[in-house]
Amino acid sequence: MGQTISEKIISNHVGKKVYAGELVVSKVDAAMASDTTAPLTIKAFHEMGGKKVFNPNKCAFIIDHAAPSPNERIANLHKMMRDFAKEQGMRLFEIGEGICHQVMVENQYVKPGDIFIGADSHTPTYGALNAFACGVGSTDLAATMMTGKIWLKVPQTIKINCTGKLQAGVTAKDLILFLVGKVTVSGATYQAIEFCGEAFEGLSLASRMTIANMSSEMGAKTGIVHPKGLQLDYDFNPIAPDEDAKYIKTFNFDVSDLEPQVSAPESPDNVHNISNYEGTKINYAFIGTCCNGRLEDLDIAAKILKGKKIHPDVRMIIAPASQRVLLDAMNNGTMNTLIEAGASLITSGCGPCVGTHQGVPADGEVVISAANRNFRGRMGNPNSNIYLGAPSTVAASALDGQITNPKKYLV
Amino acid sequence: MNGVQTNIKAKAHVYGDHIDTDRIIPGKYTKTLDLSTLANHVLEDLDPNFKKIVQQGDILVAGINFGCGSSREQAPLALKQAGISVIIARDFARIFFRNAINIGIPVLEIADHNIQKGAELDVNLKTGIVKDLSTGTTYKATKLPDIMIDILNEGGLVNYLTKHGNYSL
Repeated sequence: MGQTISEKIISNHVGKKVYAGELVVSKVDAAMASDTTAPLTIKAFHEMGGKKVFNPNKCAFIIDHAAPSPNERIANLHKMMRDFAKEQGMRLFEIGEGICHQVMVENQYVKPGDIFIGADSHTPTYGALNAFACGVGSTDLAATMMTGKIWLKVPQTIKINCTGKLQAGVTAKDLILFLVGKVTVSGATYQAIEFCGEAFEGLSLASRMTIANMSSEMGAKTGIVHPKGLQLDYDFNPIAPDEDAKYIKTFNFDVSDLEPQVSAPESPDNVHNISNYEGTKINYAFIGTCCNGRLEDLDIAAKILKGKKIHPDVRMIIAPASQRVLLDAMNNGTMNTLIEAGASLITSGCGPCVGTHQGVPADGEVVISAANRNFRGRMGNPNSNIYLGAPSTVAASALDGQITNPKKYLV
Repeated sequence: MNGVQTNIKAKAHVYGDHIDTDRIIPGKYTKTLDLSTLANHVLEDLDPNFKKIVQQGDILVAGINFGCGSSREQAPLALKQAGISVIIARDFARIFFRNAINIGIPVLEIADHNIQKGAELDVNLKTGIVKDLSTGTTYKATKLPDIMIDILNEGGLVNYLTKHGNYSL
């Protein structure tokens, strides 16, 4: 019987053919936690009798959610992570090195065909790499770090097939917002998603990460992009589904006419064509996050902002997804362009997106953000409103002071 | 059962669909190991009154996709610390579902429940039978996978692994 990508990857890890619905205890290739989840992980690890992590080269901590520490309480939690990592001989990615998902990919903690367990809900991002990657909470992660294993129900898979090519000025973020709107925030709960079809084949790794990242916003256990067209700077064995693989549901969309998309407050699936929101006044524009803080995201914003100034009533914050992204954006001139246009650069990390610090909106303010979540209170203030869009939309809106179709500046 | 009471008779606090983890405990309060900080801010953007009226042993009831969003285990921890003994929903977001079991809060999925605010419930965790004493309706929860029942019976994943040293199916 044919297998989906998830069924194949899990089968490879448990040493027998398994199919949707089966319960397995699988070995795990690598695991990570951030500063939101690691402190509770450390506590649980000790409480369950953990002495040594299963493989110090395959476990990592990343300080990204509140980096640098905004107060003494969080500083002490960071210290707890540093001490644990040192004692275990595992790597700790320091403040500013980047957002967990970006540094895991850049440093090859995860590769095609792997099973990766991360204590962060956007761990499915690595589905861009043709890996099975699942988010868990702190205690599950502690158990994985101790045993090198996880228990899983092999998920059923939803196939999302997109034909057609995206128009100029329309990006992977618009595509995934559109899909989240169609599948809804609970449409893939407990299930895996496979993204396939022409629309995904030409996408860069960065764009594939944007796609897989927002599998979480559909409730999925994991979201894997078909490996066709995937280019990496090392050799790998792509894992494609069998032709007779069984899917619980298949969506087919022709996306050749897709317009830029916006998700309105206060749920990521409240998605509409940008024309519905054009003219909405904004106070704050944000580009960054594990969803859209990569070089191509900053580059497209720079293309729109080059030689111009952002609107006087708008402040703009840029958080590159990693130090490597920041260096690349400095080397190619993008960072100069953004700062000359009036953007403010903050440490690589999650701060504004998760409402920790470094850019909390005021009461009644409107944010246009390249992030993945717009729940009430997400950015730290329940009395603000967050619209989600592509980095191109954020840049165009920052220029005009209102939600603006980026095609105006790109096409 | 080790850490979990099998019969719970208590008041239900009822909320709607898609209650996300930011509403259960905002991200700005999650960076702590102090459980009372979590309990002090639980559900504050959804129902600021909740923490004043909740009593030890009460039951939380919700619609679909309860606990969607972040992987923060602080969400079920905040509810547990505030006194919630069991969570019933039409269905749960998957990470929240695992987290709740891992920290020893029973979660019951009842797809067709129509439990209303203020209802008195009688929950039998062994059978999964929930009686709504206010209306006389009886519901049966979806059975959990065996490994989740084992983890819950030990009072959570820490106890489970302390006892077994590893997973067993």
